[in-house]
Amino acid sequence: MTDYILLIVSCIFVNNILLMQYLGNCPFLGVSKRMETAVGMGMAVVFVLVMAGAITWVVDIFLLKTFGLEYLRTISFILVIASLVQFVEMFLRKSIPALYSGLGIFLPLITTNCAVLGVCLINIMEEYNFTQTLVASFSYAVGFGLALVLFAGIRERIILARVPKPLQDTSIGLVTAGMLSLAFFAFKGMV
Amino acid sequence: MAKTVVQEFTKGLWAEIPPFRLVLGLCPTLAVTKSVENGIGMGVAVIFVLVCSNMLISLLRNAIPKKVRIACYIVVIATFVTVVELVMQAYAYPLFLKLGIFIPLIVVNCILLGRAEAFAAKNGVLASFADGLGIGVGYTLALTALAIIREVFGNGTFYNIPVFGPSFEPFSFMVQAPGAFVCLGLMLCIMNILGKK
Repeated sequence: MTDYILLIVSCIFVNNILLMQYLGNCPFLGVSKRMETAVGMGMAVVFVLVMAGAITWVVDIFLLKTFGLEYLRTISFILVIASLVQFVEMFLRKSIPALYSGLGIFLPLITTNCAVLGVCLINIMEEYNFTQTLVASFSYAVGFGLALVLFAGIRERIILARVPKPLQDTSIGLVTAGMLSLAFFAFKGMV
Repeated sequence: MAKTVVQEFTKGLWAEIPPFRLVLGLCPTLAVTKSVENGIGMGVAVIFVLVCSNMLISLLRNAIPKKVRIACYIVVIATFVTVVELVMQAYAYPLFLKLGIFIPLIVVNCILLGRAEAFAAKNGVLASFADGLGIGVGYTLALTALAIIREVFGNGTFYNIPVFGPSFEPFSFMVQAPGAFVCLGLMLCIMNILGKK
């Protein structure tokens, strides 16, 4: 049990996917201008990442490792993720329209979110078992959402400030992300 | 004809240099620029994948159905990334270990998909080749510039050679994650000032 708590804390805070492992920065800067879009993107990532983590684990153990096809890992994982995203999108549109209207526009963006492929690959490299894979994927995704929402909160305030012209938009965004990353840096050594 | 090819090449070096002008492909930019060696290694890998995928997609641009084009592009890109991964594992193993997860992640680098969609799908093979090479070289230059700043100040070395002498206290903030963000943000600001004119 303690192992799992440690895993959760380490994935959310110590190895935060956005601020410590540098994965998923494009949506981080792209959708963080407003709080609602940040929350929507965070939820969509949690939803897709847990499913993608589970499916890629199964694919890796039962298909690639069994038949000695590890060199096809990159291609097969990205195809699994792309088709999963497409499938989730179609499923949500048909059966849960309320959820779809909230998450819909973010789903296509997730295919090229390197956090998703990155976490799937990390799970395999760390040789997690199935439960650990589920817990780690969920915690990484929560960490992503947490950082995104925190950052969106700060960015909404920055709009009100008078930023020098050359620093505007992405530039000040990156510097702010650096400060946020510094805050998360304090968690290092906790686990 | 020759003139346009040259133009396609040179626009990647300044007018559309990623990740400054086209804010794409940030994750590897932040992650691998701890040292100049890693930055150049990553850049060369991206040049190879970008040139090959641009040319192949441009050749296939009339054969690929519009509706499934993104999936086709991803498969083409993933194929070349796998080639790079295997070649690096065979001939540059230390670099392969250092870049680690970021080699397979070239697949989801938005620069590649962005160029495939915005350029290679509409232009001929030669122009796509020039575009891929230009953007790739520009990306490598940007990575190297960022890596030089971070390595020289954060580690006191340049390409693993000490530059400051023994009394220099490394400014280790620069090689850690927060330094990467701040450094890239400030470089973007400098590029904005330079590009004003």
